[in-house]
Amino acid sequence: MSLQFNNEQMTEFKRLIAHYPEGKQKSALLPVLHLAQDSFGGWLPTEAMDYVAGLLQIEPIEVYEVATFYSMYNLKPVGKFVFEVCQTGPCMISGSENIIAYIQKQLAIQPGETTKDGMFTLKLVECLGACGYAPMMQVGKIYREHLTKDKVDAIIAEYRMQIVAQN
Amino acid sequence: MGVKLLLEKANVPGIRTYDVYRREGGYVAAEKALKEMSIEAIVEEVKKSGLRGRGGAGFPAGMKWSFIAKPEGVPRHLVCNADESEPGTFKDRYLMEFLPHLLIEGLLISSYALGSNDTYIYIRGEYAWVAQILEDAIVEATKNGWLGKNILGTGFDCMIHVHRGAGAYICGEETALIESLEGKRGNPRIKPPFPAIQGLWMRPTVVNNVETLAAVVPIIKMGGEEYAKIGVGRSTGTKLISACGNINKPGVYEIDMTISVEDFIYSDEYCGGIAGGKKLKACIPGGSSVPILPANLLLKTAKGETRYMNYESLSDGGFATGSMMGSGGFIVLDEDQCIVKNTLTLARFYRHESCGQCSPCREGTGWMEKILQKIELGKGEMSDIDLLWDIQRKIEGNTICPLGDAAAWPVAAAIRHFRDEFEWHINNRALSQTSNFGLQHYADPIHVPA
Repeated sequence: MSLQFNNEQMTEFKRLIAHYPEGKQKSALLPVLHLAQDSFGGWLPTEAMDYVAGLLQIEPIEVYEVATFYSMYNLKPVGKFVFEVCQTGPCMISGSENIIAYIQKQLAIQPGETTKDGMFTLKLVECLGACGYAPMMQVGKIYREHLTKDKVDAIIAEYRMQIVAQN
Repeated sequence: MGVKLLLEKANVPGIRTYDVYRREGGYVAAEKALKEMSIEAIVEEVKKSGLRGRGGAGFPAGMKWSFIAKPEGVPRHLVCNADESEPGTFKDRYLMEFLPHLLIEGLLISSYALGSNDTYIYIRGEYAWVAQILEDAIVEATKNGWLGKNILGTGFDCMIHVHRGAGAYICGEETALIESLEGKRGNPRIKPPFPAIQGLWMRPTVVNNVETLAAVVPIIKMGGEEYAKIGVGRSTGTKLISACGNINKPGVYEIDMTISVEDFIYSDEYCGGIAGGKKLKACIPGGSSVPILPANLLLKTAKGETRYMNYESLSDGGFATGSMMGSGGFIVLDEDQCIVKNTLTLARFYRHESCGQCSPCREGTGWMEKILQKIELGKGEMSDIDLLWDIQRKIEGNTICPLGDAAAWPVAAAIRHFRDEFEWHINNRALSQTSNFGLQHYADPIHVPA
């Protein structure tokens, strides 16, 4: 399998690099890696990073060193829905530990693991800038805030329904 | 009700759209600046306003602007720091989410004043939907002639670009942010040269926080002198405070910096008191890296005077008995919170976010986390407290960027003010996870020496 952007993704790629001056296309690396991760199943295999290096005309190592630095890039396969639960101070004093334990129990996985059906991954992350709406987690591009056990149940059910509806 | 300069219109339905923002008096300041004012006059108003950087360091914004080098034929850049990631801070998100055009107007005026034709907003990657709101607002502003070529017939061209980060607290430090914007790891640069001389792509660059740039709008509208009349002393204008933790009304509040800390916590207009009728134990008043204060030192200074929500009063007493305004991330802890555990989560945060360039920070943050973990798990020794103190002292001031200091201060302040809670964990190993040291004497009135 050879990874490549489709036409729509290529248009987005061109829009992204147009933000930077001639010869400074490397500046688009972070946004392009987001696009690659979204396009290639939620993570960045080496092949995807090499492909991005080729597109931006930079060395593969320049991509690897960036992909390994930033926490939003997944270097291993993840589930369809990644629950990134904040565990830093303000969320902790607002009860994030109970929420994390509850998600672990409901999904029967530990932090860093993916459910057997490939649906959910649980990741513990550091402050996401939603301290006033704690406890919270990020799922894909959205924040789920003011979490309670009931809300966690509803969110899990909601994503399961999404998959059923797609099939 | 205090004065509101930034959030006054935040609740107007549809204010996120160009039409409503314009109808409510939006872009009037931009029009005034571009059509009626010289570049020098704009910089002068910002200087007169006394506006201090709202990201955390509090450096005078007008002075920062005046440092920008203007070599012939070299483009200059303004970069908006929207990498909000200091735990406890979520004010910029609020501003961008609800008032995107206020930021764009501020960016336009500031870009004009600095001569930046390509201005970048570096927004933390996780705020993906906020980045979209900004992109939409930029399209609207461009369509209406506020961005693009020859704006208002002045001959000034300006485009604003949204650049998403990818999860790294360190990119809030301005030189790390510039590195990241160049498509590299967020490793802070050694200063000098300062960004004002060699910044983005080695061109003269000014990096300002979201709230700082938004504040340029009311400053131009009302004039720097009028703006400076709001507030007190060198704490001029208004400040956004993001309040969180164990309070009844977490949220983003705009204050005019004359309100006391006590009123801010207990009045219904702001935090609405401690949740569940509990008692106040401690507070980190300016984002996770500033010193935590026990209730008594938070509400009153060591001299027994009322403490106010402004730069000078919050830092009254230095680090011995005071704290800092910082980013305005106001984290409140009630009587049930464990200081050791809270400090542990912050130490873990800084270990996770250290870029790894400087060994005192890279190694020291990890050691502090491990020792705090040991104490929290009931395996600590009394000597560990002194060891922690020693490590934090060896990190502070010994690193390229302030992340080292930011990691050291919370640990230092926790030991300074709550040493007996650390000792309790060590003397009561079996209880350290199941039970709580509680409030003890932290809320007692301070004894003021005669």
